[in-house]
Amino acid sequence: MQLKAKNREIWVVLAVALFVIVIFPCLNAFTAEGSWLHVSNFTITVYGKYLCYAILAISVDLLWGYTGLLSLGQALFFTLGGYMMGMYLMRMIGDLGQYHQPIPDFLVFLGWSKLPAFWQPFSSFPFALVMAMLLPGALAGIFGYLAFRSRIRGVYFSILTQALTYAACLLFFRNSLLLGGNNGFTDFKFILGHDIREPATQRGLFIVTGIALLLVYLLCKWLTKTQLGKVQRAIRDSENRVMFSGYSTANFKLFIFVFAALIASLAGVLYVPQVGIINPGEMAPDKSLEAVVWVSVGGRGTLIGPIIGAFAVNAMKSWATRAYPDLWLIFLGGMFIFVTVFMPKGIVGLPEQLRNNWKRFSERRRQDKDLPPPGGVTELFNREFTVTPGLTAAAPLSPGSVTEIFDREFKSGNHAGAESKESPDTMKSKPTQPES
Amino acid sequence: MKRALRFILAPLCAALSILSACAQDDAAIREKLCRAIQSEGTEQQQLLMEISETGSKLVHDVLIAWTRDGVFIYDSGNGSKLPILLEDQTDTDGKARAIRIDTGKFLTDDRNQEAHLAAADLTSAETDATLRSFIKQAMDTLALSDPDPGARSTAVLKLGNSQKSDNIAVLQARQTKETDAGVKKNINESIAMLQLGDSDPKVQIAAVQQLATLKTIGSLDMVNALADKKGADPEVVKAAKLAATRIGEHITAVNFFGTIFRGMSLGSILLIVTLGLAITFGLMGIINMAHGEMIAIGAYTSYVVQNIFGTGFSFSVNLPFSFFGHQLGFGLSIPGINATGWFYESYFLFVLPLSFIMAALAGLVLERTVIRFLYRRPLESLLATWGVSLVMQQLFRMVFGANNVQVSSPRWLLGHFDINDVSLGYNRVFVIGFAIVIVIGTWMLLTKTPLGLLIRAVMQNRDMASCMGVRTARVNMMTFAFGSGLAGLAGAFLSQIGNVGPSLGQSYIVDSFMTVVVGGVGSIVGTVYASVGIGTSDQVLQQVTGSPVTGKIVVLICIILFLQWKPGGLFSVRSRSLD
Repeated sequence: MQLKAKNREIWVVLAVALFVIVIFPCLNAFTAEGSWLHVSNFTITVYGKYLCYAILAISVDLLWGYTGLLSLGQALFFTLGGYMMGMYLMRMIGDLGQYHQPIPDFLVFLGWSKLPAFWQPFSSFPFALVMAMLLPGALAGIFGYLAFRSRIRGVYFSILTQALTYAACLLFFRNSLLLGGNNGFTDFKFILGHDIREPATQRGLFIVTGIALLLVYLLCKWLTKTQLGKVQRAIRDSENRVMFSGYSTANFKLFIFVFAALIASLAGVLYVPQVGIINPGEMAPDKSLEAVVWVSVGGRGTLIGPIIGAFAVNAMKSWATRAYPDLWLIFLGGMFIFVTVFMPKGIVGLPEQLRNNWKRFSERRRQDKDLPPPGGVTELFNREFTVTPGLTAAAPLSPGSVTEIFDREFKSGNHAGAESKESPDTMKSKPTQPES
Repeated sequence: MKRALRFILAPLCAALSILSACAQDDAAIREKLCRAIQSEGTEQQQLLMEISETGSKLVHDVLIAWTRDGVFIYDSGNGSKLPILLEDQTDTDGKARAIRIDTGKFLTDDRNQEAHLAAADLTSAETDATLRSFIKQAMDTLALSDPDPGARSTAVLKLGNSQKSDNIAVLQARQTKETDAGVKKNINESIAMLQLGDSDPKVQIAAVQQLATLKTIGSLDMVNALADKKGADPEVVKAAKLAATRIGEHITAVNFFGTIFRGMSLGSILLIVTLGLAITFGLMGIINMAHGEMIAIGAYTSYVVQNIFGTGFSFSVNLPFSFFGHQLGFGLSIPGINATGWFYESYFLFVLPLSFIMAALAGLVLERTVIRFLYRRPLESLLATWGVSLVMQQLFRMVFGANNVQVSSPRWLLGHFDINDVSLGYNRVFVIGFAIVIVIGTWMLLTKTPLGLLIRAVMQNRDMASCMGVRTARVNMMTFAFGSGLAGLAGAFLSQIGNVGPSLGQSYIVDSFMTVVVGGVGSIVGTVYASVGIGTSDQVLQQVTGSPVTGKIVVLICIILFLQWKPGGLFSVRSRSLD
């Protein structure tokens, strides 16, 4: 039953992908303007932007939903990728700028007559792409190494990533960085020899983005099914137990963190030529949080959730900012509060949540007379003294949970890696699922 | 009874005698003034010098009128001549009432009627170039004799910067009489500054050395000019260069201490903000991203209270919805009490408790509606409260407008006093003092009161406290409200130092979370050290790197590296439990 459901998800995704990558652009290219089937150039650009956001959302989800690391710095990697692409596009403007100089306008404005050395190689597209992977990757690697080595986790990790993003944001606002300062890069003309404002170019970028999203989705799908994916989820559910089982959780987390940074950067690379502008505002602390909203609305811990969330929230944003410009932020904030408090599993998990609620409701009604009042001492007793699954191998297993790893580890006798001086008895027992 | 009466009477008599002395003085001054106006030559100069040393306002006014040909000689017809002034207000014939300088009363004619005279019909008291320069000198002396030391200092420094060597004599005359130490120092500085222009190299060197000893910041430009002057005596140039270095060093020191002071006041505000966060985040484990908006609530409370003390406060917001043809919206109008004077100035005393209460109420509502569902999901509390912060920011924008609003400080928080050229603003000193009070108050509340005991118990182990019969829900509520209230207080102070806008809190939120983490989550002492440390180093680095942004970046990077060394912060709470 479960296998079938999983296959069904793949098929649905492939069908939607076919529609997005093939049919949607065809409707734009081959139908007459004004026909009801026609998709306007504007729509293509807007949806292209959403596709980039969906890739960014997957990178957030890979960290938050699958590894339990709420990174508030994904917008930083997104923007870094965008800046690398932006530098290439700025070089492609050539001398068509306002000042008709062979260097970007803002450099002329700052009094430069020659291109600074680090700008030189960005005339090459492959170099820009390599840098778009190297720079965010290296930054994520260094930061992640430092953070995970000193066991910064949970909330502290979130705050630190936010601070890092904030620092970078302040840095990029400076003109002396020679990356356009406040205004960033804009007024792009050409990409790989094509005029960037041509509908055909935009269509091409749309298709590339669609394919990229599909590939990222499939790659993550595969990754989360491997051993690595299982360890990842085990870290999310109880990092200490994984550590005591002899896994070096820091290395796993570092890998995922760098991988997610690369995905975010890819999203940025695809985003810039479609939107036509990149500036430091993209890495303001709000932007990362907004990406978290998409994941949270769509449903974290699934790969389809972030995509749905990115599209739903942004489509709503496009509508609300036009219809109710004053109230949009109140909508967004209110939605966020509601989803966080009442829909922890997001849109994707809504049917299951409703089913569970109904089941619990009807069960409680049936047993109402037999049970003492809920809450209070009994609830506490149950929570504190019921043996948590995972400490005893006898508990029923659900596939892919922490217990599976424990099982494997204890059976093979490979549990010498536990390094804590404390006995497992002092471990505070805690429900394996984070929600109450 | 008699004795008591004497006690009351004695000061009364003293006051009376002072009054009569003033009256006598006044009459004497007027008499001398009249003589000065009507005499000539050295006698006139002598008299001018005498009256100029009184520092009287009357003399000032008359002398100014004199230089503008506004003092007239009125021939009363019986041979006596009276110096008079004409009122500014003239009637239709261009005539005005005349004021006798000798008595200060209106001039009357034979029938005791007030006489109306026209300026054109009168002869004005003569002035020539020599007399004008004497009057000028007399007025300078007059300014130097002002009863207010501040006004005296200003006059002294004005003369010092005049670069006219004639003023040396005036200043030296005053130097012997001056009693106020600060003014005396200024006089010495001014004399030395004037002597820099002397032709004798020895005098110049002495002056330069004097300036170097006094470390006069205002003279740096002059000393530098002297040092660069071509064809000047090499000894003078050498001395000037030395003095310039000394003064430069002094300026650096002054800037340094000024920076430290500003950093400490910033650190104090950060401390009040962070103390609230240390309670909600450190003790309760709630990541309240709307903490910044609690600051804004405090700041806007200050704005509203100020307006209520003034002309009143009102707003109305229209929502883009209608209900059966009625436009939906909300608004509020509070009439002002049009307070003036000291009562208006005291508005800030009402702001302090009100800002705390308003923010605490907001915190209470937030805790009851959102946060109580999230005690076991700290990461999610971050997200939900961020949503709250968005909503609140937008509400501020709708109610108070997207632009910054102006909150003017009460007069008793304006101004500053100087210690060795370092200027300490009253508002900043006040903030530092208040932060100390709040820290001590919070510490007392947490450690010395029954409520504090309950708070600590609930924060240590919510379930166990509940088992012991503590009403955890209520304690959570109160604690959260208290933490939010502290943020509101911080907002009230911020409104005195900077602008108040809808995103006021946003600029503090990242900083204050970092501060709590650096201090050690759950440790109030750590928070105190961390906020003062971060506030000060922020200011110092801004000064050193020359740009506020670079300073901030360096601080943030330092914090990240610091957490490598001490992941638990400065004072980490030791615990045997695993998280």
